[in-house]
Amino acid sequence: MTATATSARSDLSELGRSETALRTFLHGLPGVDQVGAEQRAAQLGTRSIKTTAKAEAIDLAIRMVDLTTLEGADTPGKVRALAAKALRPDPADPSCPHVGAVCVYPAMVPYVAEVLRGSTVHLASVATSFPSGQAPLEIKLADVRAAVEAGADEIDMVINRGAFLAGRYAEVYDEIVATKSACGDAHLKVILETGELATYDNVRRASWLAMLAGGDFIKTSTGKVPVAATLPVTLVMLEAVRDFRAATGRQVGVKPAGGIKNTKDAIKYLVMVNETVGADWLDPDWFRFGASSLLNDLLMQRTKLTTGVYAGPDYFTLD
Amino acid sequence: MSERVAVRKTYKLFIGGKFPRSESGRSYLVQDSNVSLASRKDARDAVVAARAAVKGWAGATAYNRGQILYRVAEMLEGRREQFVALGVPADEVDAAIDRWVWYAGWSDKLPQVYGGANPVAGPYFNLSAPEPTGVVAVVAPESPALLGLVSVIAPAIVTGNTVVVAASPAAPLAAVTLAEVLATSDLPGGVVNILTGRITETAPTLAAHMDVNAIDLTGVADAELAVELEVKAAENLKRVLRPAPADHDWHTDPGLTRMTTLLETKTVWHPKGV
Repeated sequence: MTATATSARSDLSELGRSETALRTFLHGLPGVDQVGAEQRAAQLGTRSIKTTAKAEAIDLAIRMVDLTTLEGADTPGKVRALAAKALRPDPADPSCPHVGAVCVYPAMVPYVAEVLRGSTVHLASVATSFPSGQAPLEIKLADVRAAVEAGADEIDMVINRGAFLAGRYAEVYDEIVATKSACGDAHLKVILETGELATYDNVRRASWLAMLAGGDFIKTSTGKVPVAATLPVTLVMLEAVRDFRAATGRQVGVKPAGGIKNTKDAIKYLVMVNETVGADWLDPDWFRFGASSLLNDLLMQRTKLTTGVYAGPDYFTLD
Repeated sequence: MSERVAVRKTYKLFIGGKFPRSESGRSYLVQDSNVSLASRKDARDAVVAARAAVKGWAGATAYNRGQILYRVAEMLEGRREQFVALGVPADEVDAAIDRWVWYAGWSDKLPQVYGGANPVAGPYFNLSAPEPTGVVAVVAPESPALLGLVSVIAPAIVTGNTVVVAASPAAPLAAVTLAEVLATSDLPGGVVNILTGRITETAPTLAAHMDVNAIDLTGVADAELAVELEVKAAENLKRVLRPAPADHDWHTDPGLTRMTTLLETKTVWHPKGV
């Protein structure tokens, strides 16, 4: 470790102490070349992934899925069925891997925990008054503690976009730190809600802010606003986690969520991960897809590859 | 001034109401025109488009479907000369127009003939109603180019099915021109999808596809291929219309079998006096 790298490391840990230092640092990050980022993302999306590489990509993508249901109409029965699907996505094929995690509202965590007990599928829960994040801090933290006590080992929190957009970075930072400590051993995913951040520069700043505050994962969206995960936004976030690891030595995961509906999209993301941050991130511990309908398309494509026949949605569960 | 250069037409596929080239980029030459050579992925895309169109088309009223089929006849009448210029005999074009009208009339009559109240020994109303089976794959007969094609498409869609048609490889120009007629006839996109190219390439994909509900093998001349396709179709119990005999006369009364084979019967028991 060189002297400069060590000093950079200590500098970064001091940033959270003052609003001014945080602002100076975040606004000192290089701006994102919007046209360049979009073009790069589009170009990476043109790669052709076929046959055995495609089969591997599909299995990896299945292992990376955070099978999600975040509806007001969720019932214990529905989330139990979803958890059962997470364990055995394709009942007709035992070689099909299980998904990365199940993601539900805190009230539904106990029912999912029952089904997942003893398995290696993670149990994620959105907390901190998802999706708006517009609630007093104590309530958000109570939300997190309740989810963790009920058995969640991953917490998806939303940042306070109101504070972030108003430039009150220290407030956002402190909330993430507080949430992280409320999580205990549970992993913390920080949702930036990039659809509401307006610019790529903001996405880069929010990514760094979340990582500096101790987030284990940065996640694009709640899936509740019109603009969810896009390739260029994920590219900016991947660059941020890459640079963050180079500066601090700590690796942070990335989770695009919302709007990823088919295998083709998922594979584009995997290509981008490999080309931007490398194979270290091609693992369910470091990259996840927040999705619900994606899994069925992955299963249909997987069936097509194993049987040679195009599959139909009639043969997979509705969820 | 230089002499005007004529604009030549590229005959493309008809998928989801649009005219895309084959995703494979291939084409073949027929009557000095370039015609898209569909790949199995085009067949897959066509099935996706057809599936997406089922809900709206099957949900439309029988009256509305009949009106749209009649509209197709009107539009075809206006393009009579174009088909004649492609080499379709004039009396065949007339017969094709009449066939659209004939099937258009059946849209609200077929449920009366093939459905109705069943007598049961109990205090119930017992009603049977025919419903469309869903997505139908069709191998169109090689000839007559236009009448044969209309005679396989119309009976499938009049009841509310959507179709993916593998057009005759030897006579694709009439098929693509018919697609232009359909595209301007208020027919929702995806109800009829037309693939030009080799039957041996597209038909097996369609026959094996798990999201296709029925297959019409009318135009399969090769008996061995027909058997292979039937075997593939059996995997998800597709309804099958067997190949037509080579000497079949398409000008005769078509009968109702083509329509009724592509239907499912729904029977409802309803308690009386409640």
